[in-house]
Amino acid sequence: MKEPLIYELGSPGRNGVGMPDPDVPLTRIPTDLVREELDLPEVDELTVVRHFQRLSQLNHNIEKDFYPLGSCTMKYNPKLNEDMARLPGFAHIHPLQDPDTIQGALEVMFDVQEWLAELGGFAGVSLQPAAGAHGEFAGILMMRKYHLDRGDTKRTKMLIPDSAHGTNPASTSMSGLAVIEIPSDERGNVDLNMLKEHCDDTVVGLMITNPNTLGLFEEHMLEVVEAVHACGGLVYGDGANFNALMGVVRPGDLGFDVMHYNLHKTFSTPHGGGGPGSGPVGVSERLVPFLPGPIVAIIEEGEDDDDLPTYGLIMPEKSIGRMKAFHGQFGMHVRALSYMLAYGGEGLRKVSEMAVLNANYVRVRLRDVYHVPFDRINMHEFVAEGRFSDAPDIHALDIAKRLMDYGFHPPTNYFPLIVHEALMIEPTETESKETLDAFADAMIQIAQEAREQPDLLHGAPHVTPIGRLDEVLAAKQLVLCCRPIPEWAEG
Amino acid sequence: MSYLPHTSHDIEQMLDAIGVKGVEDLFPDVPASARFPNLELPPGLSQMEVAWKMEELAEANLPGAKTAMFLGAGAYNHYSPPVVNHTILRGEFLTAYTPYQPEVSQGTLQAMFEYQSMICALTGMEVANASHYDGATSLAEAAILALNTRSGRTKLVMSPGVNPMYRDVVRTYTQGMGLTITGDESSSVDVSRLIDLLDENTAMVTVQYPNFFGEIEDFSELVSAAHALKILVCVVTDPIALGLLKPPGQLGADIVTGEGQGLGIPMSFGGPYLGFFATREQFVRKMAGRLVGETRDVNGQPGFVLTLATREQHIRRERATSNICTNQGLMALAATVYMSAMGKHGLRKVAELCWHKAHYAAAEIDKVNGFTVSMHLPFFKEFVVQCPIPVEEINAFLLDEHGIVGGYDLGQDYSDRENQMLVAVTETNSQDEIDAFVEALTEVTE
Repeated sequence: MKEPLIYELGSPGRNGVGMPDPDVPLTRIPTDLVREELDLPEVDELTVVRHFQRLSQLNHNIEKDFYPLGSCTMKYNPKLNEDMARLPGFAHIHPLQDPDTIQGALEVMFDVQEWLAELGGFAGVSLQPAAGAHGEFAGILMMRKYHLDRGDTKRTKMLIPDSAHGTNPASTSMSGLAVIEIPSDERGNVDLNMLKEHCDDTVVGLMITNPNTLGLFEEHMLEVVEAVHACGGLVYGDGANFNALMGVVRPGDLGFDVMHYNLHKTFSTPHGGGGPGSGPVGVSERLVPFLPGPIVAIIEEGEDDDDLPTYGLIMPEKSIGRMKAFHGQFGMHVRALSYMLAYGGEGLRKVSEMAVLNANYVRVRLRDVYHVPFDRINMHEFVAEGRFSDAPDIHALDIAKRLMDYGFHPPTNYFPLIVHEALMIEPTETESKETLDAFADAMIQIAQEAREQPDLLHGAPHVTPIGRLDEVLAAKQLVLCCRPIPEWAEG
Repeated sequence: MSYLPHTSHDIEQMLDAIGVKGVEDLFPDVPASARFPNLELPPGLSQMEVAWKMEELAEANLPGAKTAMFLGAGAYNHYSPPVVNHTILRGEFLTAYTPYQPEVSQGTLQAMFEYQSMICALTGMEVANASHYDGATSLAEAAILALNTRSGRTKLVMSPGVNPMYRDVVRTYTQGMGLTITGDESSSVDVSRLIDLLDENTAMVTVQYPNFFGEIEDFSELVSAAHALKILVCVVTDPIALGLLKPPGQLGADIVTGEGQGLGIPMSFGGPYLGFFATREQFVRKMAGRLVGETRDVNGQPGFVLTLATREQHIRRERATSNICTNQGLMALAATVYMSAMGKHGLRKVAELCWHKAHYAAAEIDKVNGFTVSMHLPFFKEFVVQCPIPVEEINAFLLDEHGIVGGYDLGQDYSDRENQMLVAVTETNSQDEIDAFVEALTEVTE
């Protein structure tokens, strides 16, 4: 039963939410300014509610069941955080209000900056970037500007491992730098020798994800950092996998110069079907002046211990500039702070420990049935191959689709690119052992089906609201909009 | 503790299965010198205590939206009907991931398809993406599209009437590209001055509609001049204004961007907001951002998928149209619910209320001794007031003595606009509030 488009519901002249008539004297509206037609739905409110409720029920979501997407960290999104973000003192403040009237908001941001700096081992943090990719872009711009500021104009290349998330090279290109790909070795680390070969004075730095997209902590992390620093380059850490590291190790202590955090991964802010996220960046001392701004600082200390300091927004002296309007995804900062306060420093370490424990447990339950190419202690995620030598027609895609019939969301497919038929599995720490066992049992069952009843996999999913969708057709016959194209747009 | 389900028995069983003695043995590759640092962070709190602490911080703020508020400049105190908030609170939408597995994500996908359709309808354009971070970054992505489409050209022209923060963001984004960015050195929005700057090296010209000062400019000549030189025209706009005004698509825009916060999204101290982006069909493959397309499943049933993913970072990597991955999905959903719930008639009504109330306020303020409102162009929702003393002083007085949040100090961004206040009036400002504001201003010159 397909849910109609909202435009197909309703009737001409039907009204939804009403607004009052003007309570002020009217001012004539010049007719030449006014649009002839406003093509929006005409539905009553109950129909709107039913429509979106029925649509919502077509979605898998964390509150329904397990969602082991590698690198996405689909942990529980606390209800408490949603309530806190909706407090009127947070939700109903304008970003440009007099600083005296928003000191609580500035304190929230300052506290989040401090917590992230302490967790990451960094000297300064900016909360402005709106998502991980945005934070990466900011990080690269900072690295570039750092060198230019020193009078070094030769550096135009960024070293990036072949296992990197696509946003890494994409962000690099946006900054006007060239991407140099560094291969991985047979143990899943960055190939240290190849890295050293490429380290010279034309290199801006290295972008590295640690633990990497195989879920493995780089075995030569300190040597990698040393090699890059030795040639005058900087080290950027993609913090997407920070859920494995809190209280375990601080990237700043390992020599990282800059790192972005994903509040919508590690710090539990909800994914929302594709955002909003938040991608703050932390930097070492030498990059602090280059942070994107504005950032929050104490502009006047309190008079004594009982007196609160005065917070303000400042622009770092050599800032790369503003990355978006206003201050950042403040609603996500509120959620992240609520999350961090609930756990405290020790609790956040336990989060990482349990995330790593859960991932290793799932790996050992599956390792005899699914080939795990790098079968060593992993961190918060691991990668298995979704293929069987004795069932060559079965691909990772088929396994993924069949998992849906068991009520689970599939793991990440076909990433990282360096593993064939990759299935990247990240359970997160908020899953109980029973859920992990149920998932492992389903995966084992599917492996058996692959040999005995392969059609079950090829034809999967069978019990979802819709069957496998034709993505080729979607790209060939592009239909991106359901409304008639206006006359003036044609030709 | 908090949201962790593990009992010590669970942990013991799992460690056993893995084959290690203790949890600390799970981190053999972490350099011993850096392992398990001592963090200077407080201990955890119960949910009850977290709420107390956060409420204390919230109460240290004045919720401007709950006072008489006349501050705009890119973020607005518009009404959000409750159905919006209730919909985005549903766990099925809130906690879902990006719809990469379409069979279990039809809710998100269809909602985004409806969003794209409504943005096209609102802006008068052919295709829209599923969102950017905000109005500013949406404009920056438009610049990148223009530079990729008109490759070889290295110049961007921007009107000073475009939001100053947006122009800053365009400069930040393009700092590594060796571009010439011009047009906003002077604060005059005179179209002929911009036309003079256009040449064959210009990839894109950007104007705002209504502009940052609330004015509705006629840029038809600019469009003709730009198109004659194959320059792309980008119009930054306001979605509430489009409830009333002619859509930019009808006026010749090649790209339309803007801030969707007014569509039911709370002001929330600046974020999360919603960047919308719409353009012509011919540019769809160079467009950044997620796109949802219609298709069929194996049984012939219609459904939706993310499409043209080859533009995106996860496929194209360094040759992607942009690096954007996570966008503002839930905010796009909020806007879709708003536009559905308000609908054709509601949005028009909201826009008319803004029109009438802003014009009333402008006329009344102009009568106050020492204050002048002289808008030479038609205006929507915002207007400029020439004040007798610095805006900062007036706003302090309004706040301290009357609990009113005054308008934006334009002198901060435009050196020739000292003592000019940008006043915003929306459907949420009652006549009583406006009259009280005017009354308070009369006290300024006393």
